[in-house]
Amino acid sequence: MTTAVYRRPSRATRIASRVLLYAAAYLVLAVIVIPLLFAIIGGFRDTGQIAANPVGLPEPWIFTNYWGTLTLPAFWRQVLNSTIVALATTALALPAASLAAFVIARYRFKGREVFYTLFTLGLLFPVAVAILPLFIVLRQLDLLNNPMGVALPQAAFALPLSIVILRPFFRSIPQELEDAAAIDGCGPFRFYWSVMLPLSRPALSTIAILAIVGSWNAFLLPLHVMFQPDQWTLPIGVNNISAQYTSDTARVLAYTTLSMIPALLFYVVAERQIVRGLTAGSVKG
Amino acid sequence: MTTPKAYVIGARSRWLGGKKESRTAPWIMIVLFMVPALTLYVWFVLYPIAQSVRYSGFSWNGLEQLTNWVGLGNFRTAFADPQFIEAITHNGIIAGLSLLLQVPFALAVAVMLNQSLRGRVILRVFFFAPYILSEVVTGVVWRQILRPNGLIDQSLGAVGGESLIQTWVGDPELVLYTLFFVISWKYFGFHMILLLAGLQLIPKELEEAASIDGATWRQTFRYVTVPLIGPTFRVSVFLSIIGSLQLFDLVWVMTKGGPVNASSTMATYLVDWGFRRSEFGYASAVSVIVLAISLIVALMYNRFVLKRDLAGALTG
Repeated sequence: MTTAVYRRPSRATRIASRVLLYAAAYLVLAVIVIPLLFAIIGGFRDTGQIAANPVGLPEPWIFTNYWGTLTLPAFWRQVLNSTIVALATTALALPAASLAAFVIARYRFKGREVFYTLFTLGLLFPVAVAILPLFIVLRQLDLLNNPMGVALPQAAFALPLSIVILRPFFRSIPQELEDAAAIDGCGPFRFYWSVMLPLSRPALSTIAILAIVGSWNAFLLPLHVMFQPDQWTLPIGVNNISAQYTSDTARVLAYTTLSMIPALLFYVVAERQIVRGLTAGSVKG
Repeated sequence: MTTPKAYVIGARSRWLGGKKESRTAPWIMIVLFMVPALTLYVWFVLYPIAQSVRYSGFSWNGLEQLTNWVGLGNFRTAFADPQFIEAITHNGIIAGLSLLLQVPFALAVAVMLNQSLRGRVILRVFFFAPYILSEVVTGVVWRQILRPNGLIDQSLGAVGGESLIQTWVGDPELVLYTLFFVISWKYFGFHMILLLAGLQLIPKELEEAASIDGATWRQTFRYVTVPLIGPTFRVSVFLSIIGSLQLFDLVWVMTKGGPVNASSTMATYLVDWGFRRSEFGYASAVSVIVLAISLIVALMYNRFVLKRDLAGALTG
């Protein structure tokens, strides 16, 4: 191009690039969706069918795998355990993180930046690094095979991300509001409780959701802390079923599919909060 | 403040960092507000990590008294163990591949979804969905798909690709790359979401202006989009590297680090020595090394690559 004149691409080029764009998008979609469909539909086959023909629809549809799982007391026990652990984790992390983030965001005090750096450093500590001494600490506290033995460390490990998400949010609430509240005789805790928390509901629900999803999916910690079968959480149960019935693929797939429903439902309901929460901290602006 | 956009892109810290930003408060109140978080954090994060450092100097099975002091012996053993070096290498390979393939792929998909594409909201929701699933579920499902004569093999057979069939998880030469594919399947959507958010902060006017000035799509991408997405891209790479160093669940579920350690990672090595062989002292030394590596990588990256980019990410 010699002259810098804006030239529209020809119609044919535009159509061709549109077609390519859609083809690429739907190819990626297929790679994402097919494994999930394979698991869901696989649960409706029997293992013979999966071995003979894993592609296509079941012939006939078999319901015993799903029904067998849904009538299994151990499965419901694991659902209950996972729920208890997730709720306890959130109930611990939410107040602790929001109280700390509140003072770090809004008050000047000695060591504020040190505390904040200490918390952000925690983003680098995965549970795996601390799992051995954590196990010893929990054993000393007699918290092995106790939901709190998983919830307490999980809440502690959820603090860094929660504080990183909450601090800018708390900061963005105008100082004038606090001044006005103070004139009306509202102390810091009152302000935190009756003004900050209600105004911060989006950020709070984001960190609650991240804590719940993180807890629901956790594996390493419950694997070593909740080792009695009646204390297992769902991921432990799924891993165990999959190791125990290596040849019974259909049963494994049915169990796995049912275990992912809660997380997926949660995602469908709270997609916005999850996405917003994860991007808020990482994208400048 | 001038316009909402200026607020979004760069002025936030200035706006928030004004002189009126923070006030002093009675120390008793600060203490009361900090106590719950600090208690949790010290008790279940910092104290265990400090204990790791202490245990790492002993030969200890986790039960007896801590008496058998070996100094730096555990560290020497670790660095002399080819299997540990191999595990570190595996983490390095996964991190390298993520950087070269997974994040650029995520950027490509993000650019794609930033176009006026019909159904792009649905596509975005689906692309991100695997991130919500646990690594256990991901691992179990993919193990079934990749098993010999499973979905992948039969699909390849059906389209005449029998020659491409491999023992995906059983072949020591291949297993790490298979795992990398599954990791990317689960995590590219996360990076896509980050990058998409970054792309949406780029004012449309800039790209329009470039194309009016005669820039081709490629030039616009190279000289407008890439420099402006830079900060988000570098944060995405950072999170991807840190994630690669910490890899555990998925590997444990799919291969337990096998066959013959071909897919071991630092974390599977650590858990294997700590819980299966009850060498708590030695495994603690390994966890100190893992922590040191994560810290060094993070600080170096912060120092040389992120510089001021990360102002918005890790320091709020």
